[in-house]
Amino acid sequence: MVNKLVTDTAAMLEEKTGSRNAVVHSTAYPEQATGSPFVKNPKMSMRNVDVFYGEKQAIFNVNVDIGQNEVIAMIGPSGCGKSTFLRSINRMNDTVDSCRVTGDLTLDGEDIYSAKMDPVALRARVGMVFQKPNPFPKSIYDNVSYGPRLHGLASRRAELDDIVEMSLHRAGLWEEVKDRLDQPGTGLSGGQQQRLCIARAIAISPEVILMDEPCSALDPIATAKIEELIAELSENYTIAIVTHSMQQAARVSHRTAYFHLGHLVEVNDTEKVFTAPEHELTEAYITGRFG
Amino acid sequence: MTESKQSHAAIIQRSLARRYRAEKRFRAYGLMAITFGLLCVAVLFTDIISKGYRAFLQTSIQLEIVYDADVLGISDLNNKQQVALADFQGLVKKSLQARFPDVTGRKEKRDLVSLVSSGAGYDLRDRLLANPQLLGNKETLWLSADDDIDTYYKSMGDKDGAFTGRTSDLRQGWIETLKQGGDIKLGLNKVFFTHGDSREPEQAGIWGAAMGSLFTLAVTITLSFPIGVAAAVYLEEFAPRNRWTDLIEVNINNLAAVPSIIFGLLGLAIFINFFHVPRSVPLVGGLVLTLMTLPTIIISGRAAIKAVPPSIREAAIGVGASPMQVVLHHVLPLAMPGMLTGAIIGMAQALGETAPLLMIGMVAFIVDIPAGFTDPATVLPVQIFLWADSPERAFVEKTSAAIMVLLAFLIMMNTLAVVLRKRLERRW
Repeated sequence: MVNKLVTDTAAMLEEKTGSRNAVVHSTAYPEQATGSPFVKNPKMSMRNVDVFYGEKQAIFNVNVDIGQNEVIAMIGPSGCGKSTFLRSINRMNDTVDSCRVTGDLTLDGEDIYSAKMDPVALRARVGMVFQKPNPFPKSIYDNVSYGPRLHGLASRRAELDDIVEMSLHRAGLWEEVKDRLDQPGTGLSGGQQQRLCIARAIAISPEVILMDEPCSALDPIATAKIEELIAELSENYTIAIVTHSMQQAARVSHRTAYFHLGHLVEVNDTEKVFTAPEHELTEAYITGRFG
Repeated sequence: MTESKQSHAAIIQRSLARRYRAEKRFRAYGLMAITFGLLCVAVLFTDIISKGYRAFLQTSIQLEIVYDADVLGISDLNNKQQVALADFQGLVKKSLQARFPDVTGRKEKRDLVSLVSSGAGYDLRDRLLANPQLLGNKETLWLSADDDIDTYYKSMGDKDGAFTGRTSDLRQGWIETLKQGGDIKLGLNKVFFTHGDSREPEQAGIWGAAMGSLFTLAVTITLSFPIGVAAAVYLEEFAPRNRWTDLIEVNINNLAAVPSIIFGLLGLAIFINFFHVPRSVPLVGGLVLTLMTLPTIIISGRAAIKAVPPSIREAAIGVGASPMQVVLHHVLPLAMPGMLTGAIIGMAQALGETAPLLMIGMVAFIVDIPAGFTDPATVLPVQIFLWADSPERAFVEKTSAAIMVLLAFLIMMNTLAVVLRKRLERRW
């Protein structure tokens, strides 16, 4: 088994780098992620997580914790399963018929996949921001107030107004849109739309916010704004962000998890991952030998 | 290097010319197809309109009518029996005889009376009942001409001569006399738009069939739209993907292709024979057309739901909307334009459908204008079929006119579909 993995990875490295001389030390996947995947008093903890799409296994035995108020970045080459893993955390994968998740995933010690856990209630606690900005084709106000209205978080219109204003403030969008709350959210620029989606996510005061490559469709200026925003939000929220960009992971996250072909290879403090990675695969990836 | 580059450029240049020629040809084919289509429509419309516009006009004859109580045999207008038995057509007869005193022979007299529609007596009765003071007095009135006279009078200016097949020289002479006296004219045919069917072309109207169509379509849309949308939403959003749903999908697609007359037979067997819904009524017609349009509505509804971007669904799920809320708040509003278009196209199909309605007795000859869902009725396309089948020459133009009315309804519905779609899509 291990031998097969070694040969597979070597072949892949050769294909990616185009070089027969690519330095490959020990490329076996560790039984346990290298580094420090576990924290004290985790907000969420994942143990022995396997994810399958039909017959195909996409995630292999992932064990990791997400700490309170931390920003954890998930990086890795395309198709490594980081998005799949993220979507398992708030059961977005339930909507995919063929998808099956096994293992223990908990939020504040409650089993996410137990029969008692209502996925709707879970998603109110674990919000999500998607890769492509996806505002509803409704007004800016309705976009933000939709969640609170659904969950009955405001009893009066004034309260709802407050929630909308506060959420837009936190998302750094208030100044830009305060005079046109009744305009369609789809009429904003890409970066503004994504911040609107963030405002929509935080309007229901989730405990955890999952971000699935939130900046991949944005220009650098909009990206910078979102990154600032993530730093501010981490004071109040726990954030897990999947990103393509290693620089972004380095800029915004406290800890970084490196995924490789469905395996969690290394989790460490971000600084450590980018300066002194413990695992050869991590090193190969961050030094740009593939990915 | 430079040389090979140049030759490449030359090759590309040559192939470019060829590609552009191909594109020009391709465009020309498209243009030809559209021109052909438009031409066909133009020919169809000119033919129908040129044949049918005369049905909107009606020849009438001016006569001085004396409401003679003796001729009528009425002494008291409140006596219903007397009124029912009264010989109003006799008033017309007397009036015509007064206008043409020279006519003597028995046959000639009959010919003379038939200048005016045999329904004229009913008009006189209605007038008299509305204005009782007319009894014993006289008034000058325009009365509908008989259909043979109507056909002859309308065709008088035609290139290939007037149609005299059913109008003798004697009658032509009378018409000439009336014409010179200014007592015969072509006017708007109100009867056509306000009456039901009749054996007499000059008294036959489209209104009965139009109301029948309206009631039938009302039943169809109230049943098929909600059922179709519910089925589409369930199949697309909630149903598990398995062998059963595959089977259902195949069957829905099959139903869409089943000949409509089969639905008529089904309606006859189930609604009429089993559930004892009365025959020939809009209710049963609507039920049958519901069966027929359901597949169309379900298929277009599913396509519209599929076209809703998954990102919107994800966004709603992401903020904690339940599956039903996702559907009601986001999927349905976004899919509605497509669903409505499908529904209206289904309705337009139903409006033009004839075959299944023949099976459930909506082909009956019905004079009264239906006032409800359980009144015997016929519908526009069946009315066209009935008139096309009638021997009287005057029904030829009525048929074309009925087709025009049907086409007008279809154009209205399709315009409505376009407008609705634009309006709903323009929300953002």
